Amino acid sequence: QAGPVEQTMHKKLTSCFEPVHLELHNESYMHNVPKGSETHFKVVVVSSQFEGKPLIQRHRAVNDALSEELKSGVHALSIIAKTPEQWEISTKE
Amino acid sequence: GTEDSRIATMVQNNKVVVFMKGVPAEPRCGFSNAVVQILRMHGVEYDAHDVLSDEKLRQGIKDFSNWPTIPQVFINGEFVGGCDILLQMHQSGDLIEELRKAGISSALLE
Repeated sequence: QAGPVEQTMHKKLTSCFEPVHLELHNESYMHNVPKGSETHFKVVVVSSQFEGKPLIQRHRAVNDALSEELKSGVHALSIIAKTPEQWEISTKE
Repeated sequence: GTEDSRIATMVQNNKVVVFMKGVPAEPRCGFSNAVVQILRMHGVEYDAHDVLSDEKLRQGIKDFSNWPTIPQVFINGEFVGGCDILLQMHQSGDLIEELRKAGISSALLE
């Protein structure tokens, strides 16, 4: 069951990037934080909006979309940001 | 502010500069450790700054680079990214090219 922060992040990423594929994982349990924490996340965003953009710009866009969460409780965000074409190649490998 | 100018000096002080949790010999977070391991593979010498021992730096570096998380890697005074970006650049070979532009030959080419 996704926590409230995870649900908000999911909504924001969906509306910002209109992704063809989106994964959001709460990995806080892997870190030294209280049970049920929402501090460490991993996100996979596949969107055509990333076409022609270098990694740093893609990651900045994701950070910007989740800036409120990063300012409050979330302090680690691992990002994979791919174009649909790159995603298709990586899932075939 | 003064913190910005202090950090601007720090990132110019070496070709590769890392802001991390802990020190290279003893990283205090898995993401910082990953950056240390990647740079070790490439045989890169760098300056490392421990944000856990400097509360002003911990916030200051985030404001300076407009990047919300630690670690942060700078090459030739330019912000390159955090752990994910460095790892993906390592995997794609782009890191070797980025180091080359800074006049550093990666140990992986030897």
